[in-house]
Amino acid sequence: MTRKHLTLPTDDPIWLKLLLGTLAVGFVGLMLILPLALVFQEALSDGLSSAWIAITTPNALAAIHLSLIAAAIAVPLNTIFGISTAWAVAKFDFPGKAILVSLIDLPFSVSPVIAGLAYVLIFGMRGWLGPTLAGFDIQILFALPGIVLATMFVTFPFVARELIPLMTDQGRDEEEAAVSLGASGLMTFVRVTLPNIKWGLLYGVLLCNARALGEFGAVSILSGHIQGRTNTMPLHISLLYENYDFVGAFAVAALLALLALVTLILKSLLEWRYADALAAIHRH
Amino acid sequence: MASRRMAVVLRGRRHVLPGFGLSLGFSIFYLGVIVLIPLAALFVWAFQSGVTPFWTAIGTPRVAAALKLSFGMAAIAAVIDSLFGVIVAWVLVRYRFAGKGLLDAVIDLPFALPTVVAGIALSALYAPNGWLGVPLAAHGIRIAYTPWGVLVAMVFIGLPFTVRTLQPVLGDIGRDVEEAAATLGATRLQTIGKVIMPQIMPTILSGAAMAFARALGEYGSVIFIAGNLPAISEIAPLLIVIKLEQYDYTGAAAIGAVMLSAAFLILLALNGLQFWIGKRR
Repeated sequence: MTRKHLTLPTDDPIWLKLLLGTLAVGFVGLMLILPLALVFQEALSDGLSSAWIAITTPNALAAIHLSLIAAAIAVPLNTIFGISTAWAVAKFDFPGKAILVSLIDLPFSVSPVIAGLAYVLIFGMRGWLGPTLAGFDIQILFALPGIVLATMFVTFPFVARELIPLMTDQGRDEEEAAVSLGASGLMTFVRVTLPNIKWGLLYGVLLCNARALGEFGAVSILSGHIQGRTNTMPLHISLLYENYDFVGAFAVAALLALLALVTLILKSLLEWRYADALAAIHRH
Repeated sequence: MASRRMAVVLRGRRHVLPGFGLSLGFSIFYLGVIVLIPLAALFVWAFQSGVTPFWTAIGTPRVAAALKLSFGMAAIAAVIDSLFGVIVAWVLVRYRFAGKGLLDAVIDLPFALPTVVAGIALSALYAPNGWLGVPLAAHGIRIAYTPWGVLVAMVFIGLPFTVRTLQPVLGDIGRDVEEAAATLGATRLQTIGKVIMPQIMPTILSGAAMAFARALGEYGSVIFIAGNLPAISEIAPLLIVIKLEQYDYTGAAAIGAVMLSAAFLILLALNGLQFWIGKRR
C-alpha cells in the first residue's frame, strides 16, 4: 500500500480544487487587493514628499485632529455601553432579553445616511429641537456634537456584540463565588470579569475604533463640511478627490488604509494568539 | 405554566450579583437616546402630514428610479456575493495551501477599510483611464459612472458578510455524512450538490440577507464610482442627502422610511432564519 497518494473519498478531485482555488484567489485579488494596492500606488505616484505635504497641510491636520477627537469620545462611551449591556444580558435573566439583543444590532443593518437623517430631523434648524436649542446657543449640527453623535450611532454595536456571547458563555459562577466570599460588585468586575473578557474587549474596541475613524455617510450629513473646522479625515478625502487633487486624496486615504491594515493585523494576531478566549464570539 | 413563571421570578430575585438595575437601565437609556428615538422620529416625520404626501414623495420618477436601482443592484450584489462567498469559504475551510492565512485575513478588508477610501479607489480603478478601466474600455465595457459601477461597489462591500457567516458552518459539517454518501456510490459533485448544499442553504440565505442590507444602505463606497446621474446611477441614500441639502425634510424622511422598513424586514427575516437553523441542528 502506497501512502503517497492516499486520497479520501471526502476530498475534492484535483481539478475541482484548482478551479475553486483559482476562482477564490482571483476574485479576492481583483475585488479586494487591487483597490488597496491602487490607494498606495496613487498616493506615492508623485513621490513620498508630495504625499507627506498633502497629509501635513493645515486642513489635513485639522481633519486628522477632529477625527481623533470624535473617536476619543465615541469609542469610550460605546465601550461603557457594551460592558454594561453585556453584564445585564449575560449575568441576569429578564423578559425581553432577546429583543434587546437584536435591537443592539440595528445600527449594523441601518444605512449610515439614515442615521444622519434621523439626527437632522431632531436637531436640524427645521427639526424638533433645533430652534429651541438655537435659542440657548447650543449647536449640534455642523459642529462637534453632531459628528460625535453620528460616530456613536454607527459604532454603537461593536463592543456589545463581541462581549455578549463571550460573557454569556462564561456564565456567572465565578462572579457569584467572588460576591459570596465578600467581594464588592466593582471588585468582582475588576478582578474576576475583566481578566476573563479582556481580549474580547480589546477586539471589540479595535473594530469600533477603526470604524469610528473611517465613518463617512452619517458624519457627512451632520458635519456641514467646513474646511479646517468640521471636516473629518474621510470628508477631507472626499473634498480633495472632488477637487481633482488625486495625490492629496489618496495620500490621506493611504493613512486610513494603513490604519485598516494595522487593525486587520492586530485582529488576526488576537484571533490566532487568543483563539480560545475569543472562541465564543465566533460561534455566534 | 404559572409555577414555571414563578420559578423564573424567584430565580431572578435570588441573584447574588449586583448591578442589574444600573446596567440594564443605562443600556436601555443609551439605546433609546442614540438609536431608537432618532429612528422613531424618522417614521413620525415621514407620515406626520398623512399618507398622501408620503406617496407623492416616493412616487416621483427620480425617487422611484433611485429606489429601484438601490434595491435591484443590492439584490444582484447579494447573489454574486453568495456565489463567491460559498466558493471562498469552501476553499478557506477545506483546502490547505500556502498563503491561506493571508487570504483569510484579507476577506475582512471591506469591514476595516473606510468606505470613502474604498469609494475613491474603486472609482479610480474602473475609470476610463484606470487600471481596469482601460482594458474594459477596449472591449467596449464601461463600469464607472454607470449603474454597473454601483454594483461593483456593492459586491465589494458585501463579500465579508457571506464568507464570514458560512465559514464556521462549513467547518462544523461532519465528514461522516459525506463519507456515507461516498460509500453509497455518490460522486464528489453529487455529494456537494445533494448532501452539503441543502445543509448550508439557510446559512447562505442569512449571509445574503446581511450583504443585501449592507449594500442597500451603502453610501461612501458607491457614490464616487456611480457618477450619480439622476434616474440612472443615483442611489437612494444619495437622494436623501440631496433632499436634506434642499431642506426637503419630509421627502428625505419618506425615502428614509422605505429604507428603514426594508432594514427592519431583513432583520426580522434574519431572526427567522436563525430560528430555522437552530431547529435543524
